Amino acid sequence: CCPPITEVCGAKRVGYFGPAQFYIALKLIAAAQSGFPVRIESIKNELPLPRFMALKNDSEVRYGTTAELHGVKFQVPHATLEKNSYKRTDEGDKQEPKSPPMSPICSPPASPSTYQRVPLSYGYGKSRSGLEQQHGAPYEVRHSAHQQDGPSSGNYGTKPALTCSTLNRSLSVEREQQDSSTSYSDDPWRITEEQRDYYINQFRSLQPDLNSFISGSVAKNFFTKSKLPIPELSHIWELSDVDCDGALTLPEFCAAFHLVVARKNGYQLPETLPETLLPEYLQAASLKPMRDCTLFDSYSESLPGGQQTRDFSRTEKASAEEIPDNSALLQDAKKDDKQALKVSTALKMIPKEFQHLTVKTAAQESNALKARPRSRSYSSTSIEDAMKKGEEPPTPPPRPQKSHSRASSLDLNKIFQQNTQAVRSGWLPPPPPALPPRPSVSQTEQPSEVELHPQTNRPPSQAEENSAAKKEVVLAQPPSKPTRRKLRTEAQGLETPELSPTINVTSSLPTVKPHLPVQKQSSKQKRAIQTAIRKNKEANAVLARLNSELQQQLKEVHKERIALETQLEQLRPVTVL
Amino acid sequence: MASAVTYTAEWPVLVSIIFSPPQNYPLYIRSVPTENELKFHYTVHTSLDVVDEKISAMGKALVDQRELYLGLLYPTEDYKVYGYVTNSKVKFVMVVDSSNTALRDNEIRSMFRKLHNSYTDIMCNPFYNPGDRIHSRAFDNMVNSMMMQVC
Repeated sequence: CCPPITEVCGAKRVGYFGPAQFYIALKLIAAAQSGFPVRIESIKNELPLPRFMALKNDSEVRYGTTAELHGVKFQVPHATLEKNSYKRTDEGDKQEPKSPPMSPICSPPASPSTYQRVPLSYGYGKSRSGLEQQHGAPYEVRHSAHQQDGPSSGNYGTKPALTCSTLNRSLSVEREQQDSSTSYSDDPWRITEEQRDYYINQFRSLQPDLNSFISGSVAKNFFTKSKLPIPELSHIWELSDVDCDGALTLPEFCAAFHLVVARKNGYQLPETLPETLLPEYLQAASLKPMRDCTLFDSYSESLPGGQQTRDFSRTEKASAEEIPDNSALLQDAKKDDKQALKVSTALKMIPKEFQHLTVKTAAQESNALKARPRSRSYSSTSIEDAMKKGEEPPTPPPRPQKSHSRASSLDLNKIFQQNTQAVRSGWLPPPPPALPPRPSVSQTEQPSEVELHPQTNRPPSQAEENSAAKKEVVLAQPPSKPTRRKLRTEAQGLETPELSPTINVTSSLPTVKPHLPVQKQSSKQKRAIQTAIRKNKEANAVLARLNSELQQQLKEVHKERIALETQLEQLRPVTVL
Repeated sequence: MASAVTYTAEWPVLVSIIFSPPQNYPLYIRSVPTENELKFHYTVHTSLDVVDEKISAMGKALVDQRELYLGLLYPTEDYKVYGYVTNSKVKFVMVVDSSNTALRDNEIRSMFRKLHNSYTDIMCNPFYNPGDRIHSRAFDNMVNSMMMQVC
């Protein structure tokens, strides 16, 4: 019976099951099941919805107002065929006779792929999800709560797949033919709410401010983790960075991410950015009500094609009533997903996302999904780490330097040396390797004390004038000088002695002191030494600040000098006549 | 681009090549029509010398004062060669058939400007490493449309 149906509905003629053909085919099936001859005219009859076997959810097999459905259906398919304006809203309106036919018809993006999914995803154990995947309406279908045509229409879609193997096959074949109108290709490029949320979360992991950009290099690292070849990533970037500024705003990022996901799932990248991925569109779309993408979740392995139910974007248009059901479905889907994909539950969103994204085999999907979440998590964490590290170097002056584990004493030495040398750069050059004993060290610390404090990674520079004592301490630790100096320079900039930092230091010193390898000294000596160290550090801090300021002044003066010299040069030819 | 049109000797030949510093190897080559391409490659390479000469001639002056558009590098009997160099020493060379008298200097300038803009767009792509061959589809489209205008 299937071949005749395919013939009658025109699929054979056209070569594939377009939406219209599909609808007609379904109607014919209903007709056949009702005993009507398989003719074009039959569909004009009022037929009950076709019954498809293996549907566990009988409740879903609610073919309600079939009468009007069919009549309306006919026009609907045609209308919808033109453009994928399958508004879920229409479908959502279950009361409308149209909705049921619309749902299955509309919900899958007129693309054969959706049809395909219907048959394939018909793992009814979790079949709900399968249904969902195919149609936005399926939500309605699935949920017994929805006693509407919508659900039935959803069944519609799935059932044919089940019963008509030829249909399925043809559908799968069709799937390959991406010959549908642009509307067909638009669907895969719609971003569902779930996807959008996921993208936004990823964006946040890279850039907390949603209104700001992600820089090119950050985005590059992130997308490179998706393991797509660089030329493709380059093309994706070209497509998504609409303003060509080398950075991605949130909508641009969502588009890019969506393209990456699509590519990973087997879609060919378009030559131009689909309309639904344009930043303006995405920004407007973000306000639309989203239908649960539980469809995606449930969608898992069963689908052979790489097509994701991007038409889930229809969910955007779904009616709100499906939301409660969706949550239920979500749970189902989640379970399914997890089983199917065995993705770490840590990234719940990801499994769901990836579920519908990875349309290939379950294995592929799971692999892809695993890879993706992992990559994402890695990327996000690595990016965060990188960002954090990037933030570390420019420590502000107030930084208490508690964390510095380098002996501040060394810094002192360096500071002195630097100052005398009038080092220009704010970054004091590495101190001479072996610090000669500082004769000027006025502190009465014993040399032994100096030795004691070597490795002390003391927070550098506390402001005090007794830098002399510090020098001794500094002697012992040449190696850490550069780092310390850096800290010092960071802390510099303030000439006023900072009592508070001192206090901080002192407070931190006790904590640091334990680091001191002053094992040999008695506690008393330790304390004395530590006090001296503290004082030295404070002096260091003051001197360091002074140093940096002077260096800045020096730089400015140099700049002025250069400017004047260039001016002079320019004027010279004129004067020398 | 040569698909639907039959090219005869009168058709203007347009070759655009981008060279990158410092070794001046080509990043992008597109010519219409595609026969005799080698000849144009050769021409363009030799014109690089002229470009370098022009750049060095203004070497003393500040870079800002140097105009990016170098103008007609040298005319031969068959074609004219135009040059353009960016501030980062990336050179664009265009070879136009001499018989195409409709192309005026302004148009050549605008074409170079378009090339330059597209090149900067490519640079903004973090996945593009400066010095790589240019495989951008957007760039190709732009060049195609430009050449179709001329041809």
